[in-house]
Amino acid sequence: MSEKFDVIVVGAGPAGTACAYLCAKSGLKVLQIERGEYPGSKNVMGGVLYRKQTEEIIPEFWNDAPLERPIVEQRFWMMDKESTVTFGYKGLEWAKEPYNNFTVLRAPFDRWFAQKGVEQGVLLINETVVTECIVENDKVVGVKTDRPDGEILADVVVLADGVNSLLAQQLGFRKELKPDEVALSVMEVINLPKEKINDRFNLEDNQGCTIEIFGDSTKGNLGTAFLYTNKDSLNIGVGTTLSSMMNAKLKPYDLLDYLKNHPMVAPLLAGGESVEYLAHLIPEGGFHSVPKVAGHGVVVVGDAAQLVNAIHREGSNMAMASGKMAAEAIIKAKERQDFSEASLNKYREALYESFILKDLEKYKDAAHTFEHHPQYFNDYVPMLNQAMSKFFTVDGTPKREKQKQIVKGFTGEKGTLNVIKDLYRAWKAVK
Amino acid sequence: MHIVVCVKQVPDTKIIKINPKTNTLDRRSAPAILNPYDAHAVQEAVKLKQALGQGKISVLSMGPPQATEVIKKSIEIGADEGYLISDRAFAGADTLATSYALSKALEKIAAKHPIDIVICGKHAIDGDTGQVGPGIARRMDIPPITNVIEVTKFDKENRIILVKRKLTNGYEELEVQLPCLLTVEKEINQIAYSPLPNMIRAARYKPNIWSVGDLEAVDKAQLGLKGSPTVVGKMFTPPKLDGGKLLEGAVDEQVKQLIEVLSERKELLNVK
Amino acid sequence: MIEEYRGVWVFIEQSDGEIAGVSKELLGAGSKLAEKLDVPLAGVLLGEGIRELSSQVIGYGADIVYLIDHPVLKHYRTESYMKGVNFLAEKYKPEIFLYGATPNGKDLASAVATDLSTGLTADTTMLDVDIDKRLLEASRPAFGGNIMATILCKKNRPQMATVRPKVMKALSFDESRQGKIIEEEIVLNEEDMRTKVINIVKDVTKKANLADAHVIVCGGKGLGDAEGFKLIHELANTIGASVGGTRDVIEAGWLPHELQIGQTGETVTPKIYFAIGVSGAIQHVVGMKNSELIIAINNDPNAPIFEVATYGIVGDAHEVVPKLIEQVKQLRVEQGGEVSYV
Ligand SMILES: Cc1cc2nc3c(=O)[nH]c(=O)nc-3n(C[C@H](O)[C@H](O)[C@H](O)COP(=O)(O)OP(=O)(O)OC[C@H]3O[C@@H](n4cnc5c(N)ncnc54)[C@H](O)[C@@H]3O)c2cc1C
Ligand SMILES: Cc1cc2nc3c(=O)[nH]c(=O)nc-3n(C[C@H](O)[C@H](O)[C@H](O)COP(=O)(O)OP(=O)(O)OC[C@H]3O[C@@H](n4cnc5c(N)ncnc54)[C@H](O)[C@@H]3O)c2cc1C
Ligand SMILES: Nc1ncnc2c1ncn2[C@@H]1O[C@H](COP(=O)(O)O)[C@@H](O)[C@H]1O
Repeated sequence: MSEKFDVIVVGAGPAGTACAYLCAKSGLKVLQIERGEYPGSKNVMGGVLYRKQTEEIIPEFWNDAPLERPIVEQRFWMMDKESTVTFGYKGLEWAKEPYNNFTVLRAPFDRWFAQKGVEQGVLLINETVVTECIVENDKVVGVKTDRPDGEILADVVVLADGVNSLLAQQLGFRKELKPDEVALSVMEVINLPKEKINDRFNLEDNQGCTIEIFGDSTKGNLGTAFLYTNKDSLNIGVGTTLSSMMNAKLKPYDLLDYLKNHPMVAPLLAGGESVEYLAHLIPEGGFHSVPKVAGHGVVVVGDAAQLVNAIHREGSNMAMASGKMAAEAIIKAKERQDFSEASLNKYREALYESFILKDLEKYKDAAHTFEHHPQYFNDYVPMLNQAMSKFFTVDGTPKREKQKQIVKGFTGEKGTLNVIKDLYRAWKAVK
Repeated sequence: MHIVVCVKQVPDTKIIKINPKTNTLDRRSAPAILNPYDAHAVQEAVKLKQALGQGKISVLSMGPPQATEVIKKSIEIGADEGYLISDRAFAGADTLATSYALSKALEKIAAKHPIDIVICGKHAIDGDTGQVGPGIARRMDIPPITNVIEVTKFDKENRIILVKRKLTNGYEELEVQLPCLLTVEKEINQIAYSPLPNMIRAARYKPNIWSVGDLEAVDKAQLGLKGSPTVVGKMFTPPKLDGGKLLEGAVDEQVKQLIEVLSERKELLNVK
Repeated sequence: MIEEYRGVWVFIEQSDGEIAGVSKELLGAGSKLAEKLDVPLAGVLLGEGIRELSSQVIGYGADIVYLIDHPVLKHYRTESYMKGVNFLAEKYKPEIFLYGATPNGKDLASAVATDLSTGLTADTTMLDVDIDKRLLEASRPAFGGNIMATILCKKNRPQMATVRPKVMKALSFDESRQGKIIEEEIVLNEEDMRTKVINIVKDVTKKANLADAHVIVCGGKGLGDAEGFKLIHELANTIGASVGGTRDVIEAGWLPHELQIGQTGETVTPKIYFAIGVSGAIQHVVGMKNSELIIAINNDPNAPIFEVATYGIVGDAHEVVPKLIEQVKQLRVEQGGEVSYV
């Protein structure tokens, strides 16, 4: 058996790299193992990178990182068949330092981020799959890879292997994901000249926009769609929980096709050329699904620990923040030369005190509420659209009369009491 | 036994997609990779070293600083040392200037450890010329054996190897005295899945990087653009060929038309 | 002084008393260049016992044959052939020197270019000259795109190029043509040779079949996967054709590499060429465009392959090809016999 490292990090997504970077920076001997051809080669996300958590690892990263556009406008669409109600915020203060968020393409971003780790001394190896943790006396002491002579030891193994985390499953930290705990998301990258993007989305070169789409984007299933602007391409995607996809016998491709051809969406994409098609799972179980995150000689970070806020589509930031907290705990553990579960539980404590678990707890019932009450998507979005249409159509009806009609439209079919119940339930879920 | 393999970093042409309408590269630029033939060249060196039970494998590349990546890749496959010559003065080199610069670096490598075999890829997939290998051999005054598909025997005592060389239709067997230069085809071997210790060694490895100043007795007039007799005159889209008749109608109809066309051209079609 | 260099030369590849096809093609292409420049065309012939071939070289268009006949030159070897060719080139100073882009032609040209310190353009598919500047315009598909690049060698002589087999046209053989034979002698000792040819093995398997095939069904990446590619084999079997593929198909491992057609694979000139799910990248097209009848099936009406195709069908291969197979089979039944292409 070959040499021993202080830390082995499995996976080079945002969670793994954040952790590897910080450990190496503090002088630990770190080996990072990634199965892809290079970090990010297969990684997927809609594309919003949060400034704050990234900056906490690499200050002023925006001067150096391969970012697409700083986001200055966030729009929300409540979309029906031939209409959409939209609201949003555009603020040009977000077009300059310190910025708010950015759009990114994961392949170049992850690669850049991992390279930063390498510059801190991380030994990064690609095209290598970690097949299992080596466990001795209930302690994780290293990993086994699919390569010849493929075993390697470390004081701490960091599982940052993403949503499926077979490794955390093997250790019994978590179970296999249930279909209602994950969303299947499919997306495409569509090339479109910069000028067209700027025109269609009313942007300057250094401004980006995100559109979150609810309602008819998912053919009435629980889930959402998105359309984000890159420099000279668009990311469009849609996802629903695996369970609704199975129940509705939906094919992910069909869903994305439906969205791309939707009359509200198609004109924004017209003339673009699809250059990449990607599919990926998103952990959506939220608070209830967070597994055991620390054991003897091992911690679990990022998607592997189900740290995603489905409602606000935050994931990469939680991944980075959890990677950072894990690194801090590992550095302390190293000082004490104590890699026991008790010692590494500092990470768990930090996690539960941070925004991550607080946010996840806040929204802990949201997904379930929406899943079990499809009327939010199926009924209220169309109603809202009809209401807006009525209100803004100039047809000689007095406004007061219109409001009455609208209220009747909302409550008529379902009864006032039901509507109030639904609204209360929704408010409770996301409050 | 000292084997030096010349390795080049090339864009992955498998991934590069060109827009047929505008004749431009997709800007989502393809990642740079180790020229696939050169990977086989390194693998062959590893095979020879293993068969001999001893030896040292060095790799040499000329290119921008990022080309250290292909040296690391070569270390993964099993090379021991890596050298990159990187300098503005080398830029824009055609095959003649490339073989000159590489042979100067080989001279320097040989000064420390005499070289027994140089191995190159059959060609680099970005230009498909295959001219650099024989060029190096001429400059070192050693025999070049191109298109090698097998090294069948290695006679250490007499310093002779036996190789198979691919021909237009068939192959020939050659007996070659060392030192010599081989350029290898893909079928010469299969790239083995590198063991983990090699991967770690590669991740840690820092290649030797030389600039022009580090090489001895270089005639700068023979380097880079200046030393390159060939220049690109113009780029053009090839003249459109005639033909281009698209058949029309439903699929069945089109297939029927096609069958008719084929039957009409009796000189082509022979229905027994 | 580059003005001293005059004449167009072609290296004549021969084995077993036969001149390689590509050398005849180059004599054809070279004669056009020589005519434009108003200089003689010469063939460079090396070997053992090959004097009789001189008349053939002349019959295919050469005005002069430079000949070196020597036992050491029995088989091609870089070191011995290079000595002979260098000697001739230094003595007679040609301005243009062409070689076939075959293993031996490329090998020799690369060595000679290094010794003569001149430019060499690889795998040329178009040749022309700028008469005023007396510049060879050697064009080849350029890296990565559907684009050709013309390579020039302005200051060094000779201007050298290797040329793809089967893209140039040979002149028809003219027995009555007259020419000059210049025989030279050089000193070559077998003992000085560092390489020995032990054995030459002719291979008459698939690869040779492809080059000589009368009908080829070539499949591209558009077939989707190895499973989809079976359609290509099925069609080929039905009509008795050989199977080929694009580089992408070879890279994907759906076919062995000797079946690659194109710039880096085989150049083919069958009577009928089916290109199915093939985009028609220039590197592919240079390897098949001289086929007599080209039929393309592609679901993208803008695919460049349709510019080369005699007939094109815009459609899904998975739909069109089974129908084609079915109709051919039906035709066979109607005709009461075999359908096969000769
Ligand atoms: C369609 C979609 C849209 C999204 N949009 C956003 C968004 O806009 N903003 C946002 O913040 N988040 C978004 N997310 C979530 C975000 O992508 C994830 O939360 C984040 O990538 C998690 O990072 P990670 O490092 O934990 O996991 P990953 O990024 O999945 O990285 C895991 C890494 O581990 C490697 N790996 C796995 N197993 C092994 C093994 N056995 N051996 C070696 N290596 C292994 C993988 O190759 C991978 O590189 C989105 C997700 C999806 C699918
Ligand atoms: C230096 C160099 C040398 C090269 N040498 C060669 C060479 O020797 N030979 C060679 O072939 N290539 C060569 N290439 C590669 C070449 O540039 C192209 O990439 C390659 O030929 C493309 O292969 P393809 O047509 O199979 O695939 P693609 O370009 O991916 O084309 C697939 C085609 O199939 C069509 N299609 C998709 N689905 C269907 C369907 N269901 N039914 C019908 N049609 C469908 C698509 O519209 C598309 O036109 C070389 C490249 C370089 C850079
Ligand atoms: N820049 C370079 N650095 C190192 N080796 C090279 C370089 N260019 C070419 N070679 C070697 O020469 C072979 C043939 O390249 P080419 O003549 O460019 O097709 C390659 O397979 C390499 O082994």
